[in-house]
Amino acid sequence: MFTAEYLQELDKITNKYEQKRAALLPLLHRVQEKEGLITPETEKNIAEYLGIPVVHVHEVVSFYHLFHQNKIGKCHFAVCQTTACALRGAEEIIGYIQERLKIKHHETTPDGKFSLSVVECLGACELAPMMQCNKEYKGFLDKKKIDELIEKYS
Amino acid sequence: MEKIVSRHFGQKNSHRLENYLKDNGYEAARKALTQMTGAQVIDEVKKSNLRGLGGAGFPTGTKWSFIPQANPKPKYLVINADEGEPGTFKDKYILEQDPHALLEGIIITCYAIGSHKAYIYIRGEYIKSLEIVQAAIDEAYKGKYLGKGIMGTGFDIDVVVHPGAGAYICGEETALLESLEGKKGFPRLKPPFPAVVGLFGCPTVINNVETIACVPPIINKGAEWYAKLGNEKNGGNRLFCISGHVVKPGVYELPNGTTLREIIYDHAGGIPNGRKLKAVIPGGISAPILTPDQIDVKMDFDSLKSIGSMAGSGGIIVMDDTTDMVWAAMIAARFFALESCGQCSPCREGSGWVYRNVKRLNEGHARPHDLNNLPGIVNNIGGNTICAFGDAVTMSVGSYVSKFRSEFEAKIQERVCQI
Repeated sequence: MFTAEYLQELDKITNKYEQKRAALLPLLHRVQEKEGLITPETEKNIAEYLGIPVVHVHEVVSFYHLFHQNKIGKCHFAVCQTTACALRGAEEIIGYIQERLKIKHHETTPDGKFSLSVVECLGACELAPMMQCNKEYKGFLDKKKIDELIEKYS
Repeated sequence: MEKIVSRHFGQKNSHRLENYLKDNGYEAARKALTQMTGAQVIDEVKKSNLRGLGGAGFPTGTKWSFIPQANPKPKYLVINADEGEPGTFKDKYILEQDPHALLEGIIITCYAIGSHKAYIYIRGEYIKSLEIVQAAIDEAYKGKYLGKGIMGTGFDIDVVVHPGAGAYICGEETALLESLEGKKGFPRLKPPFPAVVGLFGCPTVINNVETIACVPPIINKGAEWYAKLGNEKNGGNRLFCISGHVVKPGVYELPNGTTLREIIYDHAGGIPNGRKLKAVIPGGISAPILTPDQIDVKMDFDSLKSIGSMAGSGGIIVMDDTTDMVWAAMIAARFFALESCGQCSPCREGSGWVYRNVKRLNEGHARPHDLNNLPGIVNNIGGNTICAFGDAVTMSVGSYVSKFRSEFEAKIQERVCQI
């Protein structure tokens, strides 16, 4: 169950919308920001708060790429593989990250420090090849920049 | 050339209200609210020949006029800032560097259509945009440019930023509405169109970020001025995005009559490493691919349509002669297979089928009938789905096969020779 204080925070978000259910995406973002992932327990709590069936929360969580049902790494690499980035070496970058961290798409390193998603266009083709590292966009990637990022979060 | 939408780009702290006000900021909104009726605003935008810059190029003023004024339900304005079309990154610049231009456009548009509530749906990955736009909204409320009785007039307006969560399909206007309502991004059947049944079942206008950012200059300087800048039926300038094998990838504001050749060679520095052009996507991944003999086309909606492609989102992706076109087709096919929302069988099954087929071709272990089957699979998706995503798969992937067939055939030959 959500605490009264937490409910107040959620109410602030929900009150912006004419229909309560419309707040679902920002609510899920808020909860994931705080807890790192969306658990079945959380889905149940949010469903109760919004007065909708749990399945409607779960189908949203599983539909959208940015909601995680498993813990991601302290440093999450979301590397773009679509056309503009592919033309500028994305495959090599992805291969190099996999080689260095010994993880594949949707995996997290055993120490919980790094995770990898291979994603589609992030809207930064002018920086190709690029990725989103946690919240930030990192462009013009090469092996050296990857090494520096891994060093930084190790 | 006079810069319109990009006039503040690159200026220090251009996103701040104090700086926006220094350049006639919110004067167009004031003019509209105090000197014009809503109908006059719609008329002005119609005359300007402003067309939707998200991808479909629908005449903006006409779209606004579809809102049934007699309908007692509240009207909504929704800004599509989902910017997911591969090759496109222009709206990000407006959101991060000129959010007040967007807000001013929102005020004028809401006034025109009789709406008092606007949502800005920004893709969830654009964290910086989300933060900057929210900060701009907070500034605008403080300065009484948003809220109750703005700028000393009687007009009330509220604006809410809403984050997406990673789904390309939510750039489709009805899928966006579904997502905004807290559901999966499954597109709706049209008709009814959003202008009649939109957000929460109410009349809704949905427009792209750049389209709305063009509105304040149109009100300030007049429709005639704006219309003259472009072509006969396509007024104004446009933010073109260019990426891939070019020396200077980036955003370029240019008139709608500019040719693709000019954008690639005069503005983006041409192709690096002494290579030659092999193929170019003119308007986002959904646009049929063009060959080097087609680049003298003018980059407006009608000219590109006439050569069998589309201006789309303005996302130009350039491919040089090292590019394997079967590989490039595989990248496109994979994108569509991964981003299909799954609602319609032809697309859900067809996009995956196309991808696996092209992947086999690319990797050199295609079966001999794979290439013969491919057009049939590709062509049966478009036209058989609820939304244009299915059409995009057909048009986009189909164009690689039809224009570079010899490369696909060569891959089959390789395989045959290996046996």
